Amino acid sequence: MATLELIVSEEVVAGPLVRSRRLGLLFWMAIGWMLFVFAVAILAPVLPLPSPTDMDMLERRAPVSALHWLGTDGLGRDELARLIYGARISLTVGLFAPVIGLAIGGALGILAGYFRGRFETLVVGSMDVLLAFPPLILALAVTAYLGQSILNLTCILGVLGIPAFMRVARAATLTLARREFVIAAQALGATHARILVRELLPNVMLPLLAFFLLGVAVTIVVEGALSFLGLGVPPPISSWGSMIGEGRESLEIAPQLAFIPAMALFLTVLSFNLVGDTLKALTDPRQSAL
Amino acid sequence: MLGFVARRLLYLVPVLVAVSLLTFLIASLLPGDLAYVILGDQATPDKVAALRHDMGLDQPIWWRYLGWLGHVLEGDFGRSFRTGQTVLQAVAERLPVSFELMLLAELAALAIGIPLAIACAVRSGSAFDRFMTGSAFGMLSVPAFLSAILLIYLFAVELRWLPATGYVPFSDDPLGNLRCFVLPALTLALGEWPVLMRVLRSDMISTLQEDYIAMARAKGLKPSRILLVHALKPSSLTLVTVTGINIGRLMGGTVIVESVFALPGIGRLLLGAIFTRDLIILQGVVLCVACGYVLMNFIVDMLYAVLDPRIRHGHA
Repeated sequence: MATLELIVSEEVVAGPLVRSRRLGLLFWMAIGWMLFVFAVAILAPVLPLPSPTDMDMLERRAPVSALHWLGTDGLGRDELARLIYGARISLTVGLFAPVIGLAIGGALGILAGYFRGRFETLVVGSMDVLLAFPPLILALAVTAYLGQSILNLTCILGVLGIPAFMRVARAATLTLARREFVIAAQALGATHARILVRELLPNVMLPLLAFFLLGVAVTIVVEGALSFLGLGVPPPISSWGSMIGEGRESLEIAPQLAFIPAMALFLTVLSFNLVGDTLKALTDPRQSAL
Repeated sequence: MLGFVARRLLYLVPVLVAVSLLTFLIASLLPGDLAYVILGDQATPDKVAALRHDMGLDQPIWWRYLGWLGHVLEGDFGRSFRTGQTVLQAVAERLPVSFELMLLAELAALAIGIPLAIACAVRSGSAFDRFMTGSAFGMLSVPAFLSAILLIYLFAVELRWLPATGYVPFSDDPLGNLRCFVLPALTLALGEWPVLMRVLRSDMISTLQEDYIAMARAKGLKPSRILLVHALKPSSLTLVTVTGINIGRLMGGTVIVESVFALPGIGRLLLGAIFTRDLIILQGVVLCVACGYVLMNFIVDMLYAVLDPRIRHGHA
């Protein structure tokens, strides 16, 4: 089932040595880009940037200049400042929503995989209900009722991520729960709580964290899509999605207004995908066994 | 097989009931009282109370849910208080557009993905293979709204080959109709083909290592026949599932694509309902889409079981 549209990677064959070295460089470039975006987004208030919301009607869609490094948008707002402040929104939602999914979904998955029985049926069943809605459509509908705000957006996207994390955690727990160290702990008389927290959690955490990065990529895309449609963050706050949406109006005269945030979004999503995929390949027992 | 179908069908019932409950709860519990929406901000409390009473909004929630579910089961999904159109009419009017879009997109994605997957699988590990798997990975990071903008810029603004927006009904002008679907379908296909290609490629690589393929080669069969007849069918099991599963992605994608290219499909209906706060249409459309999605998944499950006997006997 396509949960938050997460894609299962099917990379197995084809020269592991060549691949790992090739991915190595890209991997570090991706990490570098992520760090750069994070740094810029965090430092935004102290950087010498013009205000991202101040309009200047005389300087609409101005070209690149010393004052406006990336020019200005259709309302004369500084494009670079909007891009950087947009990164703050995209990253905030992109990071915190999967944290919700990771916490709730991960916990449910471990409990379901460990205790099995009715509880597992109930959890898996309710996740199936959540999965019965195409994710973007559910997100749209709920935002429409709740109203647009960053908090609402984060919560909705977080809830939508729960089933995916639940599945990963449950699958990992199911295999781990039969392993010797868990049986040994049980034989020593360890309590359920101790086994869950001390034995299972550290082992399940690894695949979950790799999956978390992929979740960040997906969330940034969904947030971008919602903002693009005008249903994400409320204006005048900019997010990459809303900037692309605004740039769409002036594709004929100023295509850069759509393409600059598009490029930033693409590179960021690609970086998270790359790093997540690499870590997943490292932590996936099926693949490391090969 | 019959037992398998029956079991899956039985499982559908609680899922569908829960889906309807969730749809209803989203619409009823969240802020934004229908009576206020209809009457506007200036409504007096008396009027609101009267309308709430007329609409049954003052009754307990479970009672309202049961009433609503009863109507839905009779095929009455409600009526828009803005246009007077029933939900079913509105959906029936828009469905063909979305359906055509999804069908064309899926076909285009298969047309791009299958040949590439075969070509990559034949020369797995080659420079071509690595380049294509790399591009596929890159394409996965391009959301639909990005490729839409790129395609519009390229084909509508720069080259002026195709219209950027607009819709011509098929009955008026079949060719014109297809023309206005080219860019939207391509947009969705660009996001789909990498998924299909990756899945088919890896399945195909493992199939090509089977003994019977070596046997077919030894018999001197033409390589094209081996690939297309002997290897493709057993490799396409996962492809079928993924194609089916991706319908959910595609449905989300159609909302964006229909909005960008101004196609009058379900997605635009949904967005329009959101922007005009037409809650009844919204609720009805979400329910229809979710039910359609659940049924679609059921059909894919069935199809998969037909293709792979291990599934229906529970050995998978």
